[in-house]
Amino acid sequence: MDSSGECDDFSGVGMNIFAVIAVLVVSVGLMRYFLGHESFSRFILQDFFKGLQVTGKAFFTRKITQHYPDKGEELPISPRFKGALALRRYENGEERCIACKLCEAVCPALAITIEAEPREDGARKTTRFDIDTFKCINCGLCEEACPVDSIVCTDEMHYTIKERGDNILSKEQLLHIGDMYEQKIQENHRKDSNE
Amino acid sequence: MIDSQWFWWAFYSLLVIIPLVVAVAYLTTAERKVIGYMQLRTGPNRVGFAGILQPIADAIKFITKELIFPEKADWWLFILAPQLMLIPSLIAWSVLPFDEGWVIANIDAGVLFVLAMTALSAYGVLIAGWASNSKYAVMGAMRACAQIISYEIAMGFALIGVILISKSLNLSEIVRSQSGGFWHWHVLPLLPMFVVYWICAVAETNRAPFDVAEGETELVAGFHVEYSGMMFAVFFIAEYANMIFVSFFTSTMFFGGWLSPFQGIPGLEAVFSFVPGIVWLGIKSGFFVFLFLWMRATFPRYRFDQLMVLGWKRLIPVALAWIPVVSAMTLVGWV
Repeated sequence: MDSSGECDDFSGVGMNIFAVIAVLVVSVGLMRYFLGHESFSRFILQDFFKGLQVTGKAFFTRKITQHYPDKGEELPISPRFKGALALRRYENGEERCIACKLCEAVCPALAITIEAEPREDGARKTTRFDIDTFKCINCGLCEEACPVDSIVCTDEMHYTIKERGDNILSKEQLLHIGDMYEQKIQENHRKDSNE
Repeated sequence: MIDSQWFWWAFYSLLVIIPLVVAVAYLTTAERKVIGYMQLRTGPNRVGFAGILQPIADAIKFITKELIFPEKADWWLFILAPQLMLIPSLIAWSVLPFDEGWVIANIDAGVLFVLAMTALSAYGVLIAGWASNSKYAVMGAMRACAQIISYEIAMGFALIGVILISKSLNLSEIVRSQSGGFWHWHVLPLLPMFVVYWICAVAETNRAPFDVAEGETELVAGFHVEYSGMMFAVFFIAEYANMIFVSFFTSTMFFGGWLSPFQGIPGLEAVFSFVPGIVWLGIKSGFFVFLFLWMRATFPRYRFDQLMVLGWKRLIPVALAWIPVVSAMTLVGWV
């Protein structure tokens, strides 16, 4: 604080800029001469600056992070994605399942339990169709086995089971899921067959 | 009451410390952001708009965490060590000029004071490692001490060049001796010394690529492995405060401190004359803070013996070799 007035005394005081640069250039030349090319490039930290250049460029490039839970930040899903299971209906509202029990037989995780009786009109229909979601491994073999396209995998992956006991999906729940995702299922089938 | 010298000292100290602590908090987030950007990620962006409130969330987390004391730790030294780290890194700010006359303690041996205070952090590291009674902590502390002591020498030699040119140890004097446009800054005649100094400064602050004292891949967290909660946060604050201080010190010593780079250029000097000196200092130092983060995102960690070889066999000879050159240039009046 006491010497603040001296500021002007220094400005522009004898710095011979050209001589200083000449000294720098001469010393760099000497280093180059005595060290040889490889040692010299190490001496002036060439690789360090190359490295800084790489990260410096990366700093300004577009970021590729998917901010997953945000809207529109999900990865594209294949039409063949094996998500939540569902039971489908025909267009007239009749459930497709004919209780052939092929899915129960093929299921590698023994997740499906089916009981069946003839209905009043004589059609073979299930009385019980349970899928244990804790056992289910979403392999899609039931979908492959089904002769009438009744049990299908939807492409829905955002589902959770919060309470023990809720993991058993009953026939009504599965049919409800099928009703909800019918449009999506048909669309995915169409996409899949076109590809 | 207001006339009391102590009141004004406390007031000025708070004027430095409070912005500093805020800057430290945001530097931790900025570091994660910058490193994320350099790795093609976006870094923290959930708390507040684009992660603006992240430091506050971090602070709350640190404050609410439990303090864990190892059973066989030396309790007093264990408590003392983080403070021994933090206090010198705050005290060093007292001699730093922010603008013409804006300095808390305008002492004549400013450079020596700064060297002493930055060297004191070695005690904090050593005591922290030793008092923890943990093998990793001792390893980290030993490495940190050896590193700080070795690089202190090269750093001292590099700063001798600055002292030779400006003929003063007072930081304000050093800045004034660089006045007159950016080509008058000390960085040009002292270019090799500046590089040596910067490498030493990174090593002094225990930052990547010289963070062997932390070395999370081999020593978990080095000397502060046993610290938790707020005591760990104090180490953290000290490290980042040191980083910011070293950046300010570098711009003061080599890049003309508060001086405008356009001084002496006819048109630009008038255009930029409204910019206060502290803004120029902030811009220059901001670049060096960014350089710290940039280097951390770029370079892998040095092996410890390589670190020692670099310090003793490369940096010290380079700095030593340039001292006669600078002396000669001063003698013939080129600088």
